[in-house]
Amino acid sequence: MSEIFVLAEIAGEKVAKTTFELATLGAHAGSVTAILLAPAGRGAEFAAHLNAGPIERVIVVESDEFARYGVPASAYAISQLLTSQKPSALLIASSAFGKEVAGCVAVLTDSGIITDAVDVAADLTATQIIFGGSMTVHSRVSSGISIITIRPNAITPDLKASTPEITNESIEIPPTAKLAEVLSLEPPITGGRPELTEAQIVVSGGRGTSGDFSPVEAFADVLGAAVGASRAATDAGWYPHSHQVGQTGKTVSPQLYVACGISGAIQHRAGMQTSKTIVVINKDPEAPIFELADFGVVGDLFAVLPQATEGVRARKS
Amino acid sequence: MEGGRLDRLSVDSVLNDLDEYAVEEALRIAEAHGGNGAGAPHSVTVISMGPERTVDVARKALSMGADSAIIITDDALAGSDALGTSKVLAALIAKGDFDLVICGTESTDARMSVIPAMIAMRLGWAQLTFAGSVTVDPVAKSAVIARMTESGVEKMSASFPAVISVVEKINEPRYPSFKGIMAAKKKLMEVQTLASTGIDANLVGTAGSKSTVIDAVPRPPRAAGIKVVDEGNAGTELVNFLVEKKLI
Repeated sequence: MSEIFVLAEIAGEKVAKTTFELATLGAHAGSVTAILLAPAGRGAEFAAHLNAGPIERVIVVESDEFARYGVPASAYAISQLLTSQKPSALLIASSAFGKEVAGCVAVLTDSGIITDAVDVAADLTATQIIFGGSMTVHSRVSSGISIITIRPNAITPDLKASTPEITNESIEIPPTAKLAEVLSLEPPITGGRPELTEAQIVVSGGRGTSGDFSPVEAFADVLGAAVGASRAATDAGWYPHSHQVGQTGKTVSPQLYVACGISGAIQHRAGMQTSKTIVVINKDPEAPIFELADFGVVGDLFAVLPQATEGVRARKS
Repeated sequence: MEGGRLDRLSVDSVLNDLDEYAVEEALRIAEAHGGNGAGAPHSVTVISMGPERTVDVARKALSMGADSAIIITDDALAGSDALGTSKVLAALIAKGDFDLVICGTESTDARMSVIPAMIAMRLGWAQLTFAGSVTVDPVAKSAVIARMTESGVEKMSASFPAVISVVEKINEPRYPSFKGIMAAKKKLMEVQTLASTGIDANLVGTAGSKSTVIDAVPRPPRAAGIKVVDEGNAGTELVNFLVEKKLI
């Protein structure tokens, strides 16, 4: 049976939920070991969170240098583990950090890399959806360890309880991985909402909001969703650029995407059209976004959203 | 940056918007500290890898104000993966005497966003990536950036030499002026082949790629969905749809 390593990332005070998505995909191809790079003295605490899904083993490496020196420090530690333990594959979540770590590990271990996969098969064939969702590509790493980054929400994670074996490793971070230092970190301002690319549900607003995102935010909050925006809305200064969904913004692939007052330019569609279920609310019955809709409403978002928000709230109470 | 050079690099075959942000940022850094060009303390070199039309890409950067260009074009490079691309670019950079390499970053979802980190790793240089702002201290030979990712905003610092990648909207790239376009025609453009880097052709291009595409198939269009016209009840109908789909 192949050994598959996954990188468990810490998000705030928890292990990121993408870790369990990686483990679930990894289990398609072999026995899963999670690598946990934790702050000094906190390995056991975070390792205790890895008690779900098909994780059979956890390797904990503790060091405050991971937070202080960023991508290269993590990449060196992971590469050391890969070199000594020789797994078949390493799966990492497709965040900015995750992809850079994957790229650096590929350089350090002279291995092939595939980014933004949505599935991994038993023989480590990776599936990617490219060109704004119009093509499915299957590819395989042909040399070294298969290093594959996985888009958040690509699959529903297996969360059955488990009791992985936990081991600790000590790894010295070399000076060449300490060349850039993190001086401070301001976490993203999410207003208590989930992170856009990781959210199960995204509610987005566009030109049709005329700058008033309050009905979009209210519907997002009742659904526990993240808020997105079209480029028209972010360029107009109605919503922060960090929330832009599209070709030049974030790519999201949630279980449910609700597009409110968004016409559906290619630029926007490229960032959301692999969402599982798409709901559209737009006054213009000819808006191209309706082509993607599983459920489309031709109507005013300022009437439809408050009614839907009330409807969801009533069901939950 | 006395005697040093600022550098910028394109990893794409067209000078897309994001590469223009990188050129603009390099020019701004030089201009903030005495300028670039003949007689000025700094110089900005464009480095680009790609097919023959890469010449036009580099020419545009020169017309924006960069001083010279090094481009590498070779049939053996076609089909290079991120490993091959970063290997070639790192080899070109290592041959020069640069303090900073500034690259564009595509969105956080694009393949090329990993290349700046891979180049830094190959060179053994500091990596300051996903910069939404850059401050350079030429006396201390150091740079501070605001790294902007889904994890938030991190302030990071490093000494030269460093690879910086910039995010979209870090600046407003200038349009080449008529004077700039005319001046660019006289600027030095060095065209290199793979042989001049000393890299074995089997390690780059399709031959050296460490991943293989098995197949690529068009995805079927989404099945037509339900479309309702709001007659005062569409919000409730929407909730019913979400319940039916077990989404709430």
